[in-house]
Amino acid sequence: MSDPAHIVIERVSHEYRPARGRPVLALDNVSLSVQDREFLALLGPSGCGKSTLLYLVGGFLPVEQGRILVDERPIAGPGPDRGIVFQHFALFPWKTVIQNVLYGLEKQDLAREERLRRARQFIELVGLAGFEDSYPSQLSGGMKQRAAIARTLAIDPRVLLMDEPFGALDAQTRSLMQAELLGIWQRSRKTVIFVTHDVHEAVFLAERIAVMSARPGRIKEIVETHFDKDDPDLTRTREFVETVDHVWNLVRAEAIQAQRSGAA
Amino acid sequence: MTNITSGNSTSGASATGFSLTGIATRLPRYTPLFLLAIAWEVTTRGGLVPIAALPALDTVAVAWWDLAVGGDLWRNGVASMTRAASGLGLAVICGSLIGILMAWYKPVRIAANPIVQFFYPMPKSALIPVMVLWLGFGDASKIVLIFVGCLLPITLSAFNGARGTDEVLIWSARSMGASRARVLWEVVLPSALPELMSGIRTALALSFVLLVSSELVVAREGFGYMIGWLGDGGAYDAMFAVVLTVALLGFAADRLYLMLMRRVLAWRE
Repeated sequence: MSDPAHIVIERVSHEYRPARGRPVLALDNVSLSVQDREFLALLGPSGCGKSTLLYLVGGFLPVEQGRILVDERPIAGPGPDRGIVFQHFALFPWKTVIQNVLYGLEKQDLAREERLRRARQFIELVGLAGFEDSYPSQLSGGMKQRAAIARTLAIDPRVLLMDEPFGALDAQTRSLMQAELLGIWQRSRKTVIFVTHDVHEAVFLAERIAVMSARPGRIKEIVETHFDKDDPDLTRTREFVETVDHVWNLVRAEAIQAQRSGAA
Repeated sequence: MTNITSGNSTSGASATGFSLTGIATRLPRYTPLFLLAIAWEVTTRGGLVPIAALPALDTVAVAWWDLAVGGDLWRNGVASMTRAASGLGLAVICGSLIGILMAWYKPVRIAANPIVQFFYPMPKSALIPVMVLWLGFGDASKIVLIFVGCLLPITLSAFNGARGTDEVLIWSARSMGASRARVLWEVVLPSALPELMSGIRTALALSFVLLVSSELVVAREGFGYMIGWLGDGGAYDAMFAVVLTVALLGFAADRLYLMLMRRVLAWRE
């Protein structure tokens, strides 16, 4: 590919310095690039620094060692070019669904009618039509996550950062949401970085999977998948099952190591 | 602020309304209060308690009527309520501001925290003579006393509420293009609101305490002043009328505030 990558992560390390106790090295010399319109999964055991890496790209944490470029420019704080969906939704509980979706749109230079039209459009897209005036506390987990996704998609970010977005959902809702996200991505073709510890989810959704090692987080291996996402029997094909197996083995070794070092 | 009025309103305005039927259904809850009033009347009329120590409730009611018709109750009531509202209002504005800034900016926290913690447990009524010395016998000494007394509970509740703001909500707002100053207004303040509003409720009760005690010590008008001179003059029925008026007003203010709080925080249910 001759185009420069959309997101370039170069030799990034990150250390947490708690008020008491020793500093913890969360990321160690991580380099990774993400192509424009690519769906990349960051996969690893809990505590491997995958969320940290996502927060660095989002601009929520300062890049102290190494550098991160988006469109060839170093990032300076959070911005609407990089939308994020969190595991626990992060909806404003004092705003209704439509007020939540309008929040980001109000920061943009749009006429009031246009803002309302876009908000309604994305609420409909995620299947929440009729719940515009509900507060988050009145919605189920899956509905909250749909609202959060609508809110992020409505501001039309070029990059979609997703931090275990389906981790808090039950298995059934989760698999429905995965299929929906895939559909949305195929239609809108955003660059997606998707953090998960679920191997099946990573293989099903992503084009590339960056498998991370246990703490300190490093990129252990990058697994490319080129499945036909439109195949309804995809998850039963031999290739898919073998890829899941391969990635499982990579992650299992790390998870065992993480457990040992945690116990020590 | 967003203001969506179109579509069906599903938020529970009806549950917190001021409807007469709503009040009627809540009345039975206050039966013990009516029983207490009957007990008062029976014990005083039956001679179980000397009338000199506790006048009968019906004579208190008559005394209340005289004070109300004569205009005394109204004039002094307006003076008292103006003082309480001014002191409390100022405390709400300043306390919310200081508490939220303490949570948001470390230098403010470092500067204000020891002061707040030292003065918080101090009984504010101890300041009554100081206030009179500094500000004289008029409104200012009462308003400042109420302000100072209510300031710290409100500051602390705003501070604790704001500190509890979910970091992820702040990140969300920032990633949607909100500036840091906007986040303070649009995320931290609403996050702090449930705790802040309970703190204000505590302060509301405290403002009545400080009002009456400061007016009792030294004043030329107000409920506390009335209670003082009616008691000194032996007009116990009238004195009890004023005491009950203050109690009723305090109760009504608390109930009204609670209704407001439920309405503002309707999103929590």
